[in-house]
Amino acid sequence: MTAALSMDMALALAGLAVAFALGSAILSLLAGRVPAVLRLVATPLLGLGGLAALGAGLTALVLGGSVQATLPLGLPWLPWHVRLDPLAGFFLSVIGVVTCAVGLYGPAYVRGFEHGKDSLVALGGFSGLFLTGMLMVVLADDAFLFMVAWELMSLSSYFLVAFHHEQAANRRAAFLYLLMAHVGGLMILLGYGVLAGFGGGFAFDQLRAAELPAVWAGVAFALAFIGFGMKAGLVPLHAWLPEAHPVAPSHISALMSGVMLKVAVYGFVRVVFDLIGQFHWQMGVAVLGVGSLSALMGVLYALMQTDLKRLLAYSSVENLGIVFIGLGLSLLFLSAGFQSLGALAFVAALYHALNHAVFKGLLFLGAGAILHSTHERDLDQMGGLLRRKPWTGLFFLVGVLSISALPPFNGFVSEWLTFQAALQAWQLESGVLRSLIPIASAVLALTGALVAVTFVKVYGIAFLGQARSRHVRRARPGPWGMQAGQGLLAILCLVLGVLPTGVIGLMDTIPLGILGTGLPQAGARGWLWLTPVSPQTASYSGPLVVVLLAGIGLVAFWGLNRLWTRGAPVRWVRRSDAWDCGFAPPSARMQYTATSFSQPIRRVFGLLFLIDESVSPQEDGQLRHRLKIGDRAWGLLYLPVAHAVESAAKRVVRLQSGNVRVYLGWTLATLVGLLWIIT
Amino acid sequence: MDHYLTALGWGVAILQALLYAALAPLLVGWVRKVKARLQNRRGASVLQPYRDLYKLLAKEARVAHTASPLFRAAPYVVFVATWMAAATVPLLAVDLPIAAVADIIVLVGLLALARVFLALAGMDVGTAFGGMGASREMLIGALAEPAMLMAVFTLTMTAHSTNLSSVIDHHLTDGFVLRPSYLFALGGLVLVTIAETGRIPVDNPSTHLELTMIHEAMLLEYSGRHLALMEWAAQIKLLLYGTLIANVFLPWGIGQGFGPAALGIGLVVVLAKLAALGVALAVGETVLAKMRLFRAPAFLNLALLLSLLGLLSHVILEVGA
Amino acid sequence: MSLTLLPLLQQGVLVLAAIVLFLSFVLLAQTRVLSAIHAFAWQGALVAAVTTVVAATGHSHHLYFSAALTLGLKALLIPWMLHRLARRLELDRHTESLQSPTLVTMAAVALVIFSYWLVLPMIQEELTFTRNIVAISLAVVLIGLLMMVFRAQAVAQVLGFMSMENGLFLAAVSATGGMPLVVELGVAFDVLVAMVLFGVFFLQIRESIDSLDVDRLNRLSETRGDGQ
Repeated sequence: MTAALSMDMALALAGLAVAFALGSAILSLLAGRVPAVLRLVATPLLGLGGLAALGAGLTALVLGGSVQATLPLGLPWLPWHVRLDPLAGFFLSVIGVVTCAVGLYGPAYVRGFEHGKDSLVALGGFSGLFLTGMLMVVLADDAFLFMVAWELMSLSSYFLVAFHHEQAANRRAAFLYLLMAHVGGLMILLGYGVLAGFGGGFAFDQLRAAELPAVWAGVAFALAFIGFGMKAGLVPLHAWLPEAHPVAPSHISALMSGVMLKVAVYGFVRVVFDLIGQFHWQMGVAVLGVGSLSALMGVLYALMQTDLKRLLAYSSVENLGIVFIGLGLSLLFLSAGFQSLGALAFVAALYHALNHAVFKGLLFLGAGAILHSTHERDLDQMGGLLRRKPWTGLFFLVGVLSISALPPFNGFVSEWLTFQAALQAWQLESGVLRSLIPIASAVLALTGALVAVTFVKVYGIAFLGQARSRHVRRARPGPWGMQAGQGLLAILCLVLGVLPTGVIGLMDTIPLGILGTGLPQAGARGWLWLTPVSPQTASYSGPLVVVLLAGIGLVAFWGLNRLWTRGAPVRWVRRSDAWDCGFAPPSARMQYTATSFSQPIRRVFGLLFLIDESVSPQEDGQLRHRLKIGDRAWGLLYLPVAHAVESAAKRVVRLQSGNVRVYLGWTLATLVGLLWIIT
Repeated sequence: MDHYLTALGWGVAILQALLYAALAPLLVGWVRKVKARLQNRRGASVLQPYRDLYKLLAKEARVAHTASPLFRAAPYVVFVATWMAAATVPLLAVDLPIAAVADIIVLVGLLALARVFLALAGMDVGTAFGGMGASREMLIGALAEPAMLMAVFTLTMTAHSTNLSSVIDHHLTDGFVLRPSYLFALGGLVLVTIAETGRIPVDNPSTHLELTMIHEAMLLEYSGRHLALMEWAAQIKLLLYGTLIANVFLPWGIGQGFGPAALGIGLVVVLAKLAALGVALAVGETVLAKMRLFRAPAFLNLALLLSLLGLLSHVILEVGA
Repeated sequence: MSLTLLPLLQQGVLVLAAIVLFLSFVLLAQTRVLSAIHAFAWQGALVAAVTTVVAATGHSHHLYFSAALTLGLKALLIPWMLHRLARRLELDRHTESLQSPTLVTMAAVALVIFSYWLVLPMIQEELTFTRNIVAISLAVVLIGLLMMVFRAQAVAQVLGFMSMENGLFLAAVSATGGMPLVVELGVAFDVLVAMVLFGVFFLQIRESIDSLDVDRLNRLSETRGDGQ
């Protein structure tokens, strides 16, 4: 009874979150008149919405039950159903965490727009609607509400991408985004259609109960995979993502990359694991293959970028690839009947989704802080920011270490779990699957190592060394609100990395609810040890690793600087010019740039990129180096499709004679044709 | 797991960690000595690395004006991460509690942590050489790390555990078995070791010739105690890889209990194995010439191929249902 | 089948077979003609070693003879002839790079998995040992063919062909305990004759088109008669 009561409270809290988000959107209408409304009321309301969503999500996770409600909205015979279960609760928490940080960070960031000519009403209004859409997608319990919320999310984020619409490139990115979002939405709709055809209704309960023949299950899976994969930016459907995400204002980029992609993951999990509910190894192989490809291509393209936000967007493609590798492993294990291994891979994938939301949010907020104080996105103009923005530098470093999957931060834990799941491949019957999974884990290992290269490049070029341009040299630490937003996420990176056992204990209710199996072994030895399969197979102790690392480090530092001082009270260091093998004192222009840093990798993996490089002498005797790296997906997939659509359109255009009676004739023919088909 | 979480176990683990720190310079000194004799030189004493470390630790540290706090923190991070990674590899005995704290994937992660900080420190002062070294080190690391993980996965899939102690235990109970997968994994791991510890033909540990440096280029700006920590970490890393090869592929002789006799025998046997490996390394470095940088990817691709074939031959030849 | 249950000699066969497979990969990726010939010679020697071990386990004496034959022919004679040919044609410092070595290697890995998948239906318990060797042999054959597809240089093509023959021989020896001696002699003779013919052929095409690149030999095509 109490549990049911509390679940009701959780649902009410989720409703409150939606109300906050809508309220933020509505109050933003005032911002046209009083610009400060956006900063003082609307953006903090977003953060409050996030906090409420976090509370609702955590409650649902702890209690592990589910609660349904019917809203008096929608069409008369099709009321909207909402439901809160642990899976929805988990994704509510993901949305909530990042939105909280954005709520802290946003006010200071939007202040920069108050004196510009950009529309504050549009920024605040669509941000609120965007959050509303995401929350409703997660809460929806029927296909109808799901699609309405999905489109709300897509459309409002379209306007946010198009926010700086003065530049043609941004308008193009926004159009591409809208196009892809709609093709994806169509696929999802068709997928629901297939399910509803067998289930006899659009409520998720009916879809879940549908008895699908294997072929139709495959069709529904393929449609859902394409639709949600498009939104999640999986290769080869990713090309819109690095165009669209970077051009939105930075705190919105954090929401788009950190959270909206997770909503796509949610949709995929809900439809494939929950609604379709049957698992075939072909599905697993498809997801595993696409995930591996996305991970590798995403990180290689990220490595080639010099625009910081674009780089982060490509890196989102890579991380979603890792999430889908986990989901693919889970499907493979489930199809072979290994429930608990399936649950392990499933939890690893969700854990990585959570981690990616946290560290990618953090990195986008950091990029925004740099943009805010230097108006610079080009890495080759940055340098030395650590000494000018120490807090942002520290938090960004935490993000870099987390995303590079280094212990003891959170990215490492989810990658470790994915490896542990992959290493159980020996239990599978089929020898071919047994040999495919190690190859996928090889790709994952290569990806992890390349991510480290990418982010060493980012941090080394942007925050270390010397400033490469004048405005970067004059950068100042940002306002405290922006730093607090980043700090919150940085602390979470550490907590999620050090206390994985507790987090997995919380997440245990998700696979219990959907797959019927949890991870009983994960916390078998107490909170100190993470033992996902069994203590004999593998164990990791985040807290002890941190304690040992920090303890030995501090002892070494103290010993060398305070204890063994050779007479002086404290040993200091002496400052002098850099040595650099005895050459002249280095200038900022002699440093490696982002382009030169990634040159060896560009050479090793050259075939995968479209490289357009030229060196041409100028009139003044200097050489000019030009380098452009294109995405092969454009030439291989997008342009052919675009040409095909265009030529089809050219044929259809003949129908347009301009004479109204001819149009009426076509209408008549269509009507007759349709009636003939129906009978 | 519980049975070895004992005070005695922790004591042996600490002893072993201290041994790693203490023996690492000796191995480097030994390799240098053998190499010198092979080249008809007398060479410095085997104890020379200890003297170098002591001298550096006592000297004043100089830091460039343009360096950030990260530059001063990095040596401690690199040293501690490498040392801790080493401590998880069984040196004298198996079933140490440290193996439960960090398994072999964590070991690879800790080494990656050290590498990232090393590269960041190289880029911090803003010199051309530092950036160059960092870029090359990360390239080699990016190709070596997956090869290492693949080689390690071959072992762990055989033993059904990622815990290094369990892997070695599994071997000892199986007795002598010829496994094709182990052969490939060993080959892959040897190549990775050469690349990761900066030995010829990938890098030359004794060069300061500007354009060929990788590891040394990142340390150019360091001096005094900072340099000592960085050098020490590199020495520990060599010992770590040596022990990994010696004790995982040829585990015989390692102590299976914590009695003084078992530990003593374990120490003597592992020292003999490491001395032999050191001779092999010295011979290899004497007969080979350093490669161009862009031959290194081919070298590491070979490592990756070997490791991948190891995994495949494990799946195909050894577990066939 | 657990590896630990096999006798040591059979474990040895597995190890040798695995190295034969590895040498196929080396052959595939090797850019220098002379190194490729050396790799091929080692592959032949290993096949001979496998034959010896099988002979020792099965006590079939005629296998010792075919082991010696293989060693003499594949590891010594043919490599020596190729070596001499390469010198005469001044190919010793010649290198030929693959278009995209990574992709070709990945294709070879895929072929290995594919051959493993092909032999999976052979499920008789006592055959599992054989089955895995057959998978390896099949992979060696397919990789040899892959090499002939991707390498344009005539000597490399011959090496691919010969390594296919190695794969077949490996399958025959390990799966059925060797072919009848007459067949083996016949095959060995065929291979030798083929080698001699190849040698003559090399000299001829070298004289007529001044290159050993088989991509130049497109004259037979009906559609693109001007293939040069």
